[in-house]
Amino acid sequence: MMINGIGVSPGIAIGKARVIKKQEAAFTGIVLLNDADVMIEIEKFRTAVAISITEVEAMIGNYDPSQGTDGMDILEAHIELLDDPQIREDVTEKIATERKNVNDAVIEVIQNAVAMFKSMDDEYMSARAADVRDIGNRILKNLTPFNTTANQAYDADTIIIAEDLTPSDTITMDITRIVGFATQIGGKTSHAAIIAKSRGIPAVAGCGESLQSINDGDIIILDGQTGTIAVNPDEGIIKQYESQREGWLKELELLRLLKDTQAKTLDGVEIKLFANIADAEEMEYALGFGAQGAGLFRTEFLFLGRNDFPSEDEQFEFYKAVALKSKDKPVIVRTLDIGGDKQLPYFNFPEEQNPFLGYRAIRFCLDRKDIFITQLKAILRASAFGNLKIMFPMIANINEIRAAKAVLEEAKNELINENIDYNKAIKVGVMIEIPSAAVMADLLAKEVDFFSIGTNDLTQYTLAVDRMNEKIKDLYDPFDPGVLRLISNVIEQGHKNNIEVGMCGELASDPRATLLLLGMGLTEFSMSASSIPQVKNRIIRSSLDDARKVYEEVMKMDNSKAIINYCRR
Amino acid sequence: MISKDYIITSAEGIHARPATALVKLTKNYKSIISIKKGERVVKLNSLLNILSLAAKGGETISIIAEGEDEFVAMEAIEQFFNEHLKDL
Repeated sequence: MMINGIGVSPGIAIGKARVIKKQEAAFTGIVLLNDADVMIEIEKFRTAVAISITEVEAMIGNYDPSQGTDGMDILEAHIELLDDPQIREDVTEKIATERKNVNDAVIEVIQNAVAMFKSMDDEYMSARAADVRDIGNRILKNLTPFNTTANQAYDADTIIIAEDLTPSDTITMDITRIVGFATQIGGKTSHAAIIAKSRGIPAVAGCGESLQSINDGDIIILDGQTGTIAVNPDEGIIKQYESQREGWLKELELLRLLKDTQAKTLDGVEIKLFANIADAEEMEYALGFGAQGAGLFRTEFLFLGRNDFPSEDEQFEFYKAVALKSKDKPVIVRTLDIGGDKQLPYFNFPEEQNPFLGYRAIRFCLDRKDIFITQLKAILRASAFGNLKIMFPMIANINEIRAAKAVLEEAKNELINENIDYNKAIKVGVMIEIPSAAVMADLLAKEVDFFSIGTNDLTQYTLAVDRMNEKIKDLYDPFDPGVLRLISNVIEQGHKNNIEVGMCGELASDPRATLLLLGMGLTEFSMSASSIPQVKNRIIRSSLDDARKVYEEVMKMDNSKAIINYCRR
Repeated sequence: MISKDYIITSAEGIHARPATALVKLTKNYKSIISIKKGERVVKLNSLLNILSLAAKGGETISIIAEGEDEFVAMEAIEQFFNEHLKDL
């Protein structure tokens, strides 16, 4: 059987399927018929609770005390909630009196408790809803034995099959044994795609529901270039793909050889090729691909997959590790970009109609100055150990950048008072990802040392296309003439005001766009490490004159199809 | 049955950490121990119920203990509210 999706990370993978199922808390509506069934369901509940408690106790046993006591306290509270007589009584009552099965009873009791906490006007208390939900999910998971979760050990050559993967899924995965990813939803910018690309693992997204027909252990061939997946193919097809895979690996090796080649156009213009990274490990990996720095260090990853906000010291160590690993190459540290589609287990973001237009990134940070200043101090401290720059995300107007800079000054003053060293000349920039910021780049340029164009959100906001929505994903198009004009304006205004301009969105890694962007005057490209060689390959074969011609021609075209066709040549 | 009032001395009130400690403490005694805030009375053996009271710093709550070891239990709880709570 063949399945078609979107190729989001190139390469050929051949391996065995591991299907990751999300615990969907769905009501079954089953009504118990007799007392024997009631006894069985109550017993199932007891067993699931006992397993859950054992699991959390094991987590307490493995707890690293150097992580502070907060995580430990939360685990102990979870034990008490799992063992809570009120919850037990309510669940038993629903089974015995209302004749619900244990699944439905647990869902209802947990939902009620979550609603109760959420309705409290105290922020701390309403955040406890997450704890109740967490223990509820644990019990539900343990009601069905032998279910697959993302946390299990993988065989070698595993291909992960999932509806979608959250950042915390990917954090807990042992990525070394995974050779491919396939997801039902998502596209080039979904988390699984980003992780796969940064590690050079082939991936296909947006495969749709046909992916559900794949079972654990099925032989899977996945082509991350064309987006094709073959399920249990015959010998002939396997042979054919094996030779393709060898070809791909050779090509990869060839491109790796480009690692130490300077990214210079035929007429001698030096271009900076940076990597987008999430931690020190990825920084090291990126250097292996010849990255000359990091154009986007996403700091969110330290904040995910844990139980509380990381302390200043912990953040400092995390940023310092990247600074040291980069060996004085520039690293642009983006301040916290959470909210929207990136949720934290320990902070309750309000439910929103339009999360991408909502309480997130700099808006959240300016509102929660305590969290913001802690991060800024940690970054400043780490700036004493490498060439770090600070970048604020989601800036929409001049007030936000001024307010963010004021908090940065406060952070600096606190460090001066505490007698702690930092780089006094640290550069400050903004991510240009909101159309208003791109349009008024001339005004913003007066406030900062550099721009970095985030094409993913810029495209989504400019074209009013939710990039996660399957139905309209074709409308999401960074080659749209409207988007390209905004990008061109940002580059032009940046140069007029003598500030650096880089690009850290997906477009920077697309070899079809390389000449066009060069022609606009872009000299700094940041992308997933594995894309650097192919972009470099493009640069070293072109001259700035060629690039300018491409730009001029493209600006005459009125639709992205014509533009892409022209750029592809 | 004995009953006693306490003022919550910790600024954050009875949040998850002290509530967990209270549940654990209560398990050492045979008496049925309850906590009352306003008109609501809940048993101290349920973390969910204690948290649902949302008892804040400075508020007054009553503890009610009933059973063979109610005096010893109340003594331990007194120590908890007067000495330990502010450190939790």
